[in-house]
Amino acid sequence: MSSSSAFNDDKGGSSSIGEPEYGHDPASGGIFSSDYKRHDDLKEMLDSNKDSLKLEAMKRIVAMIARGKNASDLFPAVVKNVACKNIEVKKLVYVYLVRYAEEQQDLALLSISTFQRGLKDPNQLIRASALRVLSSIRVTIIVPIMMLAIREAASDMSPYVRKTAAHAIPKLYSLDPDQKDQLIEVIEKLLADKTTLVAGSVVMAFEEVCPERIDLIHKNYRKLCNLLIDVEEWGQVVIINMLTRYARTQFLNPNANESLLEEGTEKAFYGSDEDEGKEEKVEAAALVAKRKPYVMDPDHRLLLRNTKPLLQSRNAAVVMAVAQLYFHLAPKAEVGVIAKALVRLMRSHSEVQYVVLQNVATMSIKRRGMFEPYLKSFYIRSTDPTQIKVLKLEVLTNLANETNISTILREFQTYIKSMDKDFVAATIQAIGRCATSIGEVRDTCLNGLVQLLSNRDELVVAESVVVIKKLLQMQPERHSDIIKHMAKLTDNIQVPMARASILWLIGEYCEHIPKIAPDVLRKMAKSFTNEEDIVKLQVLNLAAKLYLTNSKQTKLLTQYVLNLAKYDQNYDIRDRARFIRQLIVPTDKSGALSKYAKKLFLALKPAPVLESPFKDRDHFQLGSLSHLLNAKAGGYQELPDWPEVAPDPSVRNVEVPEWTKCSSREKRKEKKVEKPFYSDSEGESGPTESADSDSDTGSGTGSGSEESGSESGSEESEGESESDKEEEEEKHKRKSKSRAKKSTQESEGSEPSSEDERKKPPKGKGPKAASDSESEEEEEEEESSSESSESESEGESESDTDTRMKQKTCASKPPPRQPKKETEMSLLDLDDFEPTPSPQVTPVNNFVSSSLVTDLEGLSLSDSALSPAAVSPASGPVKSYELLHRITGEGLSVSYCFSRQPFSHDPHMVSVQMQFTNNGDTEARNLRIQEPKLQSGMRIAEFPEIDVLPPGETVTMVMGIDFSDSTQAANFQLCTHTRKFFLTIQPPVGELMMPVFMTENEFKKEQGQLTGMNEITEKLTLGETCQGDAAIVQRVTSTASLSRVPCGSEMKCRFAGKTVTSGSLVLVTIVTREQLVAQLTVNCEKMLIGTMLVKDILQALSQ
Amino acid sequence: MIHSLFLINSAGDIFLEKHWKSVISRSVCDYFFEAQEKASTPENVPPVISTPHHYLINIYRDKIFFVSVIQTEVPPLFVIEFLHRVAEMFQDYFGECSEASIKDNVVIVYELLEEMLDNGFPLATESNILKELIKPPTVLRSVVNTITGSTNVGETLPTGQLSTVPWRRTGVKYTNNEAYFDVVEEIDAIIDKSGTTVIAEIQGVIDACVKLSGMPDLTLSFVNPRLMDDLSFHPCVRFKRWEAERVLSFIPPDGNFRLVSYHVNAQNLVAIPVYVKQNISFFESGFSGRLDITVEPKQTMGKIVEGVVVTVHMPKVVLSANLTPTQGTYNYDPVTKVLAWDIGKLNQQKPPNLKGSLSLQSGAPKPEENPSLNIDLKIQQLAISGLKVNRLDMFGEKYKPFKGVKYLTKAGKFQVRT
Repeated sequence: MSSSSAFNDDKGGSSSIGEPEYGHDPASGGIFSSDYKRHDDLKEMLDSNKDSLKLEAMKRIVAMIARGKNASDLFPAVVKNVACKNIEVKKLVYVYLVRYAEEQQDLALLSISTFQRGLKDPNQLIRASALRVLSSIRVTIIVPIMMLAIREAASDMSPYVRKTAAHAIPKLYSLDPDQKDQLIEVIEKLLADKTTLVAGSVVMAFEEVCPERIDLIHKNYRKLCNLLIDVEEWGQVVIINMLTRYARTQFLNPNANESLLEEGTEKAFYGSDEDEGKEEKVEAAALVAKRKPYVMDPDHRLLLRNTKPLLQSRNAAVVMAVAQLYFHLAPKAEVGVIAKALVRLMRSHSEVQYVVLQNVATMSIKRRGMFEPYLKSFYIRSTDPTQIKVLKLEVLTNLANETNISTILREFQTYIKSMDKDFVAATIQAIGRCATSIGEVRDTCLNGLVQLLSNRDELVVAESVVVIKKLLQMQPERHSDIIKHMAKLTDNIQVPMARASILWLIGEYCEHIPKIAPDVLRKMAKSFTNEEDIVKLQVLNLAAKLYLTNSKQTKLLTQYVLNLAKYDQNYDIRDRARFIRQLIVPTDKSGALSKYAKKLFLALKPAPVLESPFKDRDHFQLGSLSHLLNAKAGGYQELPDWPEVAPDPSVRNVEVPEWTKCSSREKRKEKKVEKPFYSDSEGESGPTESADSDSDTGSGTGSGSEESGSESGSEESEGESESDKEEEEEKHKRKSKSRAKKSTQESEGSEPSSEDERKKPPKGKGPKAASDSESEEEEEEEESSSESSESESEGESESDTDTRMKQKTCASKPPPRQPKKETEMSLLDLDDFEPTPSPQVTPVNNFVSSSLVTDLEGLSLSDSALSPAAVSPASGPVKSYELLHRITGEGLSVSYCFSRQPFSHDPHMVSVQMQFTNNGDTEARNLRIQEPKLQSGMRIAEFPEIDVLPPGETVTMVMGIDFSDSTQAANFQLCTHTRKFFLTIQPPVGELMMPVFMTENEFKKEQGQLTGMNEITEKLTLGETCQGDAAIVQRVTSTASLSRVPCGSEMKCRFAGKTVTSGSLVLVTIVTREQLVAQLTVNCEKMLIGTMLVKDILQALSQ
Repeated sequence: MIHSLFLINSAGDIFLEKHWKSVISRSVCDYFFEAQEKASTPENVPPVISTPHHYLINIYRDKIFFVSVIQTEVPPLFVIEFLHRVAEMFQDYFGECSEASIKDNVVIVYELLEEMLDNGFPLATESNILKELIKPPTVLRSVVNTITGSTNVGETLPTGQLSTVPWRRTGVKYTNNEAYFDVVEEIDAIIDKSGTTVIAEIQGVIDACVKLSGMPDLTLSFVNPRLMDDLSFHPCVRFKRWEAERVLSFIPPDGNFRLVSYHVNAQNLVAIPVYVKQNISFFESGFSGRLDITVEPKQTMGKIVEGVVVTVHMPKVVLSANLTPTQGTYNYDPVTKVLAWDIGKLNQQKPPNLKGSLSLQSGAPKPEENPSLNIDLKIQQLAISGLKVNRLDMFGEKYKPFKGVKYLTKAGKFQVRT
């Protein structure tokens, strides 16, 4: 991913460079000029009502994309058409969307709802295509929606939709690897699917997401084997490759016995993949002797039997997959069947040939007999591309043995005459290899090669000499006649490289030809001045070597040659001459080295080894990219060694009923040391995840408001994405914080702390008041004042709050600790018990929330768990957010909170209570709102202008905002008589709804209608401080503006509400299972809202 | 799996790009161009190229490079096979797979590519399904579309994707119900200098053109099925019935498709239909050479050998050729150094002959080796292996289809060494 994004960066540059060239392209018809006015043209067409114009525009745009030109500036115009009726327009819009969504994330979100609608379509094909496009949009913020959609689709009736779900899994995984655990759950479910349509796709997803979870395959192994033949061909390839790996971990090596006992040492070494060293081999052999005769696991047999027909597939990839499966898994006697099929593939395209030959080359080293009958199929035609020729040559060389060597050599002879010199060079090497491996033909080969020395082509000669050199080094004593022959060649051969090589040989083996060597030197001395440099150097070498072995005859000659070299034009040669003279000619000054001269020059040089480059390549799974490159490619799964002892085969039995699964799993766990099982890991991950996803509801105050304050002045248009980022950052912060636990006390009040815990009890008395409707009013009043004080305290330093809290705790005589928990809200409520110094606050009675009541209610429930009557419709405490800091506001500070009261003028608006405080020393005048910049669908009802706000005064006003059921921020300007401030209000999702009173039956009925895609279920672990109904109710209602539905079960809490704008129902159910484990279900027609709400509630409950 | 696809023409221009995952800059193709430069011919570009962050797997077809970008381990054949399918699909849709036709139909190409892969994994590669989704362009349809404003994209949904016979579209209707089968056999052979056969093999295919209404279930049986040795089947063929009864039983796709390809088990007893006498020699003095080729019919089973073409890749030093054919025409291209002699029908009585002199580049050494001859030929109404279709039966539908079988023998890789 990182690399691709790096490429993205230079995208713009490269495409713009390419543009002029396309302008002249006749096929583009001049339409695609990069002129921006033209783009306006397209925009107009897209905005028109006629489908034909839209289609034409989309076609042009797609053509631009196809050429790699940037069409991203058209994004808004195109996305509008996502819901277009015309199918082709729609399809092209999808193409565009998938291409550019990543770059324009905010705008892409506008299209999501269309797909969400599509996901609920009764037609399976529309559901599938909606899921396909939705999952292809690489926008991180919709990850939860994708996750939900995939889960839903995984249990769809239609196998085609399930297949699409399987396809979507790797997409989501690459977008957000954190979803792995949940995705594995889906994969596990889909693996159990019995239709062929799904099988290939889900195994693909398995391979990309969790190839290490081989345990998921056990139960599905037999089913996959049996379905295999009917799966579509691409799926077959993936399944076969995966099953090869699986089989390697579960079955015993069918060749273990033979390979260890029979054949030469080398063969045995290859044959057993198990052992690595020689000692081990001996041990293994002993072990084999003890082992009872090998009996193949019936499942192993099943796999081999069911894959065999696929060798007849028309798809080369399938054939190759089966071939590698047989090569890696089949008993030796059965491997032969694949040869014929592989040979057939050689008739195919040259790229296919290339890959197949690479694999055949590897196989033919280990299983030579297999391809021997097809020897002639590897004969080379002059029309083959060179790379194919070289590979065929490799195979032919591997296949050469005593019986066929003569035919092969005859073939080689024709190849040597080829016009393709690279190929000839490869042939010469091949001959050399044949000569080394088959002793009988060594002389013939040598003779043939010697003849090649007279070839006119330097490459051929050089290659021949190199090969001859290698061959002679193996047994020089037997070939003195060849060396003699080569010595004679010096008279004729003109190619300097060859002359040099011959001289080296004569020098190296001068002891075998004592008479000829000095004579050669004599001739060379004669022609020394006319030789090429490389030859001269070798003449010097020869002279030195002869001087050391036969100084009597050659002393003078050597002196002569050295003298000639001393005055040579080339400094290399002069240097060499000086060096040699010092080393070999004994003088008075000669150093210690000259004693070792003979050792230096005539050291025994090791014979070069001629072996196939394909040797040992079979440790890579054949047919894989890694094998082809002979290097591990990213994502390559190592082919495991056979196990020494077969794991329990009963794990593949499927008769086990569902409910015993767990126990059998545990068994498995004991046997193999594996990663923690899914259920475990989920338990762990669940809460952490919800902690990440943490809403900003809780965060709002300290850092959050500051950010919004500073940011509001800058970029309004980007508000969304910005806040996204913030959210992200905060998530991270939060994560680390929640880990750090208590050390975070000084952070925002939302963090649960021991302080909070202790505070709870004072409320313990309140609850009774909750059921008491009369006392409610008073309580409310108190509450409202607490609100205002709270908003003030927000601005103050934490230490301040802390001290206050301490006071409170003292004052309220903390009773012993109780496990019951509550949120930060209750913390602030405590202010009630203390006189709050804010007389200026004008309590807006109408808007006084009954949050305290709710708190009390929650607590009352903890005492008398079942008191349905006490439920009050409006609930939830109020938190205040800073809108304008007094420093930025030059003395004017503004904070706001969601009062959770219906906005009197318009029921579709959320009322926002704003508190203006003038901290400056001059009065502020004419406070009013101006120029709201709102997302489409949003509205603002402004508050009446505040004429004068004297220094030190505080005024509370209420305004209404219709957020149109989205958490997008509302941006507007706040004007005073002197200045303007850009402000942003972003609602937590919980504030976008209002409570609805419902009976249990109504609730159940409504819930029944909101299943499927509209239902989100999450498991969670309740936080330490959040146990018991009361705490849960308290936390939920503080997170979201919902009311509790009375119900008869102790373990269930239900809440109902509806969104403010559209009135869509929001139903929340929390079922407590046992200590700390609970399940949260949210039903909401608006999936985005539902998803975010789940996050927020999870966050609240798990703290 | 497959991240992106770039189509590159022989001039090195990237004329189409498609990304199935995140966008990968086309600059990644520079690695390909580098490899292309190193390779002497387009065929010699390595199919798999490793770059620091990606792997490029490419095929060369119809003068176009299909370069795909992948990031992680994937069987290379998987990608290669897929790319060939793409090329075949273009061929199927536009009649040819060429830069011009792709550029003309760029929108359809894009729609096709979108349907064929999902997130880099093949989704719909069956031509029958794709044609249901995206109708191939025809002159008539494009005229109608411009007038009525209707579209190429099928309004119907690809029901084939859901069925158990995904290769066949549903609701097929024809007034004339016909099924044609072409049995085409190719002879691959290498003949050495002296005229003896080094290797000879017969590879055959049965191509079908089936236009039958409804859901026909066909059974094709042979007089001598044992001749077919190593078969590979279209997915529609029921493998079990072939194993048991040696008949091909299948529900065919609609339209043209390759039913079976096979190898003939002939144990080197392959009839070679022509005999080539040749003598090519070059002389050091005078920088010239002589060429004399005669093609005679040999074992033709009483049929006429036609469409005979002899192609010779001359050594680089051959400048021009001055030859006289007794039949047909010849052409020597001094740039590519290819001599092509188009003979046509082979005359039984008077074997055609090509004779004359070659002139070599002066000063250059004479070529050491003689070029080999590639022979192309056709024999109508004959399957050289002797394979014969026995009968074709149809079940599942009531009407009586028109049936036909055609045989053809061709030269495959038929080479004569000199």
